[in-house]
Amino acid sequence: MISRKVVLHFPQKLVEQPIVFKLVKDYGLNFNILKAYVTPDEEGLMVLELSGEEAAFEKGLHYLKSCGVKIQPLSQDVVRNEKKCTDCGVCVPLCPAGALLPDAKSKRIIFTEDKCIACGVCVRICPFKAMEVHF
Amino acid sequence: MKTIKEINEKIRKGDAVVVTAEEIIDLVEKKGVKKAAREVDVVTTATFGPMCSSGVYFNIGHSKPRIKLGGGSCTVNDVPVYAGFGAVDVFLGATAVPDDDPRNKVFPGEFKYGGAHVIQDLAGGKDVRLECGAYGTDCYPRKKLETLLNIKDLNEAVLFNMRNCYQNYNVAVNLSDKTIFTYMGMLKPKLGNANYSSAGQFSPLLKDPYYRTIGIGTRIFLGGGIGYVAWQGTQHNPCVSRGKNGIPLSGAGTLAVIGDLKQMSAEWLIGTSMAGYGVTLSVGIGVPIPVLDEEVVKRAAVTDACIYAQVVDYSRDYPQRNPRVIAEVSYAELRSGRIKLRGKNVPTGSLSSYARARKIACILKSWIGKGEFFLTEPSAALPGAESGYKVKVLNERLYKKE
Repeated sequence: MISRKVVLHFPQKLVEQPIVFKLVKDYGLNFNILKAYVTPDEEGLMVLELSGEEAAFEKGLHYLKSCGVKIQPLSQDVVRNEKKCTDCGVCVPLCPAGALLPDAKSKRIIFTEDKCIACGVCVRICPFKAMEVHF
Repeated sequence: MKTIKEINEKIRKGDAVVVTAEEIIDLVEKKGVKKAAREVDVVTTATFGPMCSSGVYFNIGHSKPRIKLGGGSCTVNDVPVYAGFGAVDVFLGATAVPDDDPRNKVFPGEFKYGGAHVIQDLAGGKDVRLECGAYGTDCYPRKKLETLLNIKDLNEAVLFNMRNCYQNYNVAVNLSDKTIFTYMGMLKPKLGNANYSSAGQFSPLLKDPYYRTIGIGTRIFLGGGIGYVAWQGTQHNPCVSRGKNGIPLSGAGTLAVIGDLKQMSAEWLIGTSMAGYGVTLSVGIGVPIPVLDEEVVKRAAVTDACIYAQVVDYSRDYPQRNPRVIAEVSYAELRSGRIKLRGKNVPTGSLSSYARARKIACILKSWIGKGEFFLTEPSAALPGAESGYKVKVLNERLYKKE
């Protein structure tokens, strides 16, 4: 089993086709939609967490490419500057992915990068500017 | 049962038993109030959170030729500083922002750098840029001054915060249908989140709810150094309604505190940017409570489950000064991560750092344990719950315009 986050760009002609459905049906892949929207020039953009058997995973990606979907690894990363974080927790209820949660014992705020979907809300609201976007 | 003098004698000998405001809870649970009061000498309380009414005054020393800043203008790292005093004394407020900061013109504003960040830079030993203009006099002829400043070269640099350490605080929610940006953080529509701002069972004035041991002149941990309670804080409001345990259900008491910025550190005075709201200073404060008798222990051992805060709508009620309270919830519920409001499970966020409050309480405990920090008798009491001292609102009165 492998799991990876990918950014998919759907050209306008593909926006209305059930492409992700095929990934499940024909390739047995699991997906979790982290972010999806249609840009003003009607290109579709989707951030997916895809998981499945390695061979099927590669076939699935090949299928996407053959349809004309552009694939990018998730290159935008949110990281925490540990020196700046004060463990207040104002970010906790705003993180849609549950990537920022207090530890029951230490009461410190734990940032789980694997859960992060790089939406950037914490970057915008952290009072100490401890959350940074790296490209 | 015990006097502060006796406790100080124990501290001097290295015999004092010091526990944090969290540890006293366990101790009382295990051994009861009576035994705990006999064993423990000091309970350390603490808080770390945004406190807007903070500032620093400093004296820059006389230039050659001399300049009189009073009546002139002055900025530090482009942040306006108040100069309406003697020749070279200025006051820097935490929430000031540079004149060219876009503020909320593009909403929500970022407020990346302001007075609080200057305070952090000064405390951290960084050079800052001073620019002054003056009108010039016979004795102070100079009209312009531009120089780098460092805290070590200032005559005095004093942190003076006119309102810190709120005894209790609102829980902020948003009942409207659009996101709002407040001093309590970003609040999502229709009860999307609930933000609170208190160290709860660690917080100094919640552990001494009737200001029995904390008073004017109390020596404290302030911003990593040593400070003192200077006065009651502005908006001190001790006569609010209280629970059976004596704990106020709303804001109530506040402290004005003062201390030498030169001893403090950038770790405990942190420039803070609230999106769409402005700049503020996060301040670390620790207050020791001397265990004079069982009563003190009983109060200090109160837990988050017995401390309640009021939930207030910040989309309409707070800005319009409507007194409506939506619900009362305990800090234990708030800290669980979710509270029940109007049938909805609302996630909670905190502006005050519990982890940092704990760290401060531990630092203060070690200072006392090592005999580096002694307790003080208050010089005077703060206005108490029976004093009739009340916060007033502003009733505007029109005046004739000439």
